[in-house]
Amino acid sequence: MTAATGRREPAAAVRPAFDADRVRADFPLLRRSMRGKSLVYLDNAATSQKPRHVIDAIHRYYETLNANVHRGVYQLSEEATAAYEWGRAMIGRYLNVPSPAEIVFVRGATEGINLVAATFGRRRVGKGDEVLISAMEHHSNIVPWQMLCEERGATLRVIPMNKRGELVLERLPDLLTSRTRIVAVVHVSNSLGTVNPVREIITEAHARGIPVLIDGAQAAPHGPVDVQALDCDFYAVSGHKMFGPTGIGALFGKRALLDEMPPYQGGGEMIQSVTFEKTTYAPLPMKFEAGTPNIEGAVGIGAAVDYLRQLDWDAVAKHEADLLAYATEGVSSIPGVRLVGTAAHKASVVAFVMEGAHPHDIGTVLDQEGVAIRTGHHCTQPVMDFFGVPATARASMAFYNTRDDVDRLVAALHRVRELFHR
Amino acid sequence: MSDLGELYQQVILDHNKAPRNFREVPDANHTANGHNPLCGDKITLWVKVDGGVIEDVGFQGQGCAISQASASVMTTVVKGKTVAEAEQLFTAFHGMVTGTVEPDRQTLGTKLWAFSGVKEFPARVKCANLPWHTLHAALQENGSEPVSTEA
Repeated sequence: MTAATGRREPAAAVRPAFDADRVRADFPLLRRSMRGKSLVYLDNAATSQKPRHVIDAIHRYYETLNANVHRGVYQLSEEATAAYEWGRAMIGRYLNVPSPAEIVFVRGATEGINLVAATFGRRRVGKGDEVLISAMEHHSNIVPWQMLCEERGATLRVIPMNKRGELVLERLPDLLTSRTRIVAVVHVSNSLGTVNPVREIITEAHARGIPVLIDGAQAAPHGPVDVQALDCDFYAVSGHKMFGPTGIGALFGKRALLDEMPPYQGGGEMIQSVTFEKTTYAPLPMKFEAGTPNIEGAVGIGAAVDYLRQLDWDAVAKHEADLLAYATEGVSSIPGVRLVGTAAHKASVVAFVMEGAHPHDIGTVLDQEGVAIRTGHHCTQPVMDFFGVPATARASMAFYNTRDDVDRLVAALHRVRELFHR
Repeated sequence: MSDLGELYQQVILDHNKAPRNFREVPDANHTANGHNPLCGDKITLWVKVDGGVIEDVGFQGQGCAISQASASVMTTVVKGKTVAEAEQLFTAFHGMVTGTVEPDRQTLGTKLWAFSGVKEFPARVKCANLPWHTLHAALQENGSEPVSTEA
């Protein structure tokens, strides 16, 4: 779990095993009841719950710091700017970026990818060129490239996967051609849970001088990322999937590439000087942040990192691996269930279909039992097509989930079976 | 399980497991497709209308129990009815599942009444409605574009 996956080395200090119950106390929403039962929240791949630390930070921001950033000469504005830039430094630290100037605040991973496609893509991808993605991309890492390819007369190519939901890397040398302008792959698949060997893909691509974007939306909630060890050119994350607020995300880009790229949107904040004849742009990262930014979001994502960095990630990894194994076993034990996504290296995501019960019916029955899971195509329709299913049911776990949550899931799935097989 | 029992009544479970009229109607003169892309529910409906009467109706599709059972029950109910009567049922059914009209059990009959619990599950109303909107489209416009009940 280090160089190969881009995770940072865990701290050497020996600490006691991860105490999920203690951590749960930090998340107020997990205490609420649902349909007369305690809530079991297993839709973390869609969005995560927020610790008190994040909620308080946003609250405090509006009560004590709110002002516009990067403009005021008064102290309040300076304090708001400091809070905003603190958020940037924090997420930069979580991703181990060389400099906070290489972090661009965006609305989420989706906007981060769109930014790269619209700026780097328009500059570098031309007629007859190729963009390489993988068979397990979220629509957010397909559609922006498809739009770009359509506009430029380029071709979108796809790294295939096998029946377990693992990328077939043997095909990579053939797919990386002299026309490939960028590779864009997902670090952790949202619908299958597969952890991809992105370091290997990056090495192969770089050997041919091809830059690589990693969609890290589903990786960041499972631990700090080291973009320098990965040596990726771009890395995109969403705040709300990593225990921060919605509407904020971060795009890391290597400075040389960000410098070369034209701005994404025009407006205030992103300029150095404007006349009707010519505008010169602000230095990084402001060049990519037109308009008043999501200051509360920056504070929130910073607070999320501040919270996350006190966790023992080695213990979290063990806990999540245990949850994955326990849930895999429990869900598979139900007659008529077929798992979708059985890669050797997975994050704590269990997706499945059940004979005689459509995923949406499973979701409705589970909801009655107070268990929240996601059902549908999970914005990965090509993955559904590949596995020959219209949709799946997906339980996705975070570090605050417990074996009790899994027990409740499995018990509820037995009720589904009773209902549809009586 | 009482709420669930309201939604998944025996009629619905039965029609989901063994859908009726799950076939193409070869001499159909009306057809339409229903598709809820967010859900993935899909249905194709074939209707043979003769002298203002629905002589035959069949469907094929895939989706959740609610959408498939709704389609199956609908075909059994509208077969032999006039187009005007089918449209009346569409209006009554739509009113019942959306909770916008106090449903009349007499008009709807026992089998359609089985869907009265759907209104308590807002996320599933579109599933129950899809076949009926598809029927409406088939009868009115002879379905050029696929019908959707997703907002």
